[in-house]
Amino acid sequence: MQIGLFIPCYIDQFYPKVGIATMELLEKLGLDVYYPSEQTCCGQPLANSGAEDEAIKTYNNFVRIFSKFDYIVSPSGSCVYHVRENYNILPQTDEVRKVRQNTFELCEFIVDILKTDDLKIDFPHKVGVHQSCHGLRGLKLATPSELIVEHYSKVHRLLKKAKGIEIINLDREDECCGFGGTFSIFQPDISVKMGKDRLDDHRRNGAEVITATDMSCLMHLEGIARRQNREVRFLHIAEILNSNRL
Amino acid sequence: MTNHAHRAARFLKNEERAAWHDKTLWMVRKKRDLMALDVPDWEELREQASQIKRHSLSKLDDYLVQFEEHAINNGAQVHWASTAGKLNEIVYQIIKENNASRIVKSKSMLTEECGLNPFLEKRGIEIIDTDLGERIIQLKREPPSHIVMPAIHIKKEEISELFHRELNSEEGNTDPTYLAATARLHLRQKFIEAEVAITGVNFAVAENGAVVVCTNEGNADMGVHAAPIQIHCMGIEKVIPRLSDLAVFTRLLARSATGQPITTYTSHYLNPKPGGQMHIIIVDNGRSELIGKEDYRDSLKCIRCGACMNTCPVYRRSGGHSYHYVIPGPIGSILAPHSNSKEYEDLPFASSLCGSCSDVCPVKIDIHGQLYRWRQDLSQQGARSPIKKGIMKVSGKILASDKMYDWSGKVARWCIKYLPRVLIYNRLNTWGRERELPEVPRESFKEWYNKNFREGDKNGQK
Repeated sequence: MQIGLFIPCYIDQFYPKVGIATMELLEKLGLDVYYPSEQTCCGQPLANSGAEDEAIKTYNNFVRIFSKFDYIVSPSGSCVYHVRENYNILPQTDEVRKVRQNTFELCEFIVDILKTDDLKIDFPHKVGVHQSCHGLRGLKLATPSELIVEHYSKVHRLLKKAKGIEIINLDREDECCGFGGTFSIFQPDISVKMGKDRLDDHRRNGAEVITATDMSCLMHLEGIARRQNREVRFLHIAEILNSNRL
Repeated sequence: MTNHAHRAARFLKNEERAAWHDKTLWMVRKKRDLMALDVPDWEELREQASQIKRHSLSKLDDYLVQFEEHAINNGAQVHWASTAGKLNEIVYQIIKENNASRIVKSKSMLTEECGLNPFLEKRGIEIIDTDLGERIIQLKREPPSHIVMPAIHIKKEEISELFHRELNSEEGNTDPTYLAATARLHLRQKFIEAEVAITGVNFAVAENGAVVVCTNEGNADMGVHAAPIQIHCMGIEKVIPRLSDLAVFTRLLARSATGQPITTYTSHYLNPKPGGQMHIIIVDNGRSELIGKEDYRDSLKCIRCGACMNTCPVYRRSGGHSYHYVIPGPIGSILAPHSNSKEYEDLPFASSLCGSCSDVCPVKIDIHGQLYRWRQDLSQQGARSPIKKGIMKVSGKILASDKMYDWSGKVARWCIKYLPRVLIYNRLNTWGRERELPEVPRESFKEWYNKNFREGDKNGQK
């Protein structure tokens, strides 16, 4: 089984440690991981701003680069969701269909494809889980609070196995942090207000570490927290899952 | 910056008030959750409601004609209005023919959409909104900020002041019971005097010609029962096939809207009273055109419960007026550009696309999916400013080429790291106003990878 590692643009540029953690973790799980270095981005920043037309070339490149792999794994629910959902505007060739079907967010790949959840982690910290919306509602990584169905969460399932971990309860378990891609730039006031409220919730409930499947949400929250000189650590879920003894 | 963004920023200036607004509406959302939890087959019910609406919309012509036939047999007079202006004219004609001048109206977003009140007021006709929230904003001369709770943005202290000024209530008395009693007394007089009662319509039942109106205050009934002439205004999308279908919606509507098991009153109006008149006006005003748009047609399934507003993290923090359209919030943001794509081009962007709206929607409208689609369509239609257009074009080129991407990333990282802070955190950097940019790493992931793995070893060239 050959895995194509997709490292989204902002992780590549600003959070290489998240990419490294993802790659190391997948290799520790015994997988054959390839990183095609001509990759750039899934195209979401363009489409999110209404410029889907300008993103087609980027989409096509993504498909060309990744269609040869059995699975494409990425430490970002949002980018994975974009590929799966919004590449529907491309002509649905075998390659496009294959890429859309086989692109997975890291946690769901571990739980659903590798069918494991015990990564032998020690993580004796109080952790606040921020449920990134595209992973939550788009990829169905967990049950959103709106739906009246039996509750599950793939992220919590992985984290709960960590020794010593305490996952805190939040007042609003899955409210959006306000990043929203280019929303954070074009609607800065609302975006920041949403972020502040999310941070307050985590702080009120005693989070030492805030984690998420998406570094973009954390980049936004961390940006606010640093401006406010707040003492809280931000770790991508891959960094926690990779702190293991496998 | 876009229009909604400006208004939202203004709303947020008063942080305490914005926090109060957010909390108040979040409470309604929580009440909805509790009520929905009480219904074991909630998700099936939503699916059923969605399918009934879809089906009805696909056979609207049949059901509307069926409805009309039954309504006429019941003794109602049925009018068809293709536009907002036609609705207003028809209502005016009925009023004039009956030499009436005192009108009461219960809640109707349709008449709000059509601008019925200002139309009649211009012609010297007094029209009194009888829903408490509606009456408050009417006295305040403001548009509604929410479709179910139109005065949700106003605090009781302000209502006390308003009532003191307009209705002569006791100064400084902010007791909600007292204020409600004041309004009741005032409205009771209006009900008694009214010659015509206008209502909106929640559902129109094709199989028996009934119009169904759901209220909590009983104000629709007070009006209809007291006035000799009753006028019901409905959009064409309100028709459903059978009474048994109605049961699906009455279970969903109040639970989704306010977290009640059912509205206090669910009134079925069938016949005119002896010697009275019953008019039903069926309004299109752009709806049949919307049915023709495959991507957006589902927005007509909306039963106006307002749940998408209560759950929307943007709406709760920006207030209904920031949307500057008659229907605010997520559902308004997909309906507004249909009515005027130029004026409301900002609204589909007034969302973080979190998707909570689609998950609470009792008729399963893919609201955030439509917001995303509108962004594409509006940009195609030229809503993109020349600057944004340029940025998108250049970004598209950069992201489509790994060499340009690598180089641009390097430059950006260098700039953030080495340029003076005042240059980076300039006025145009909206990210940096209240947020730090990420700390710049020594190297990108790609640089790290290329350094640590030999060419042709693990570079993906299988």
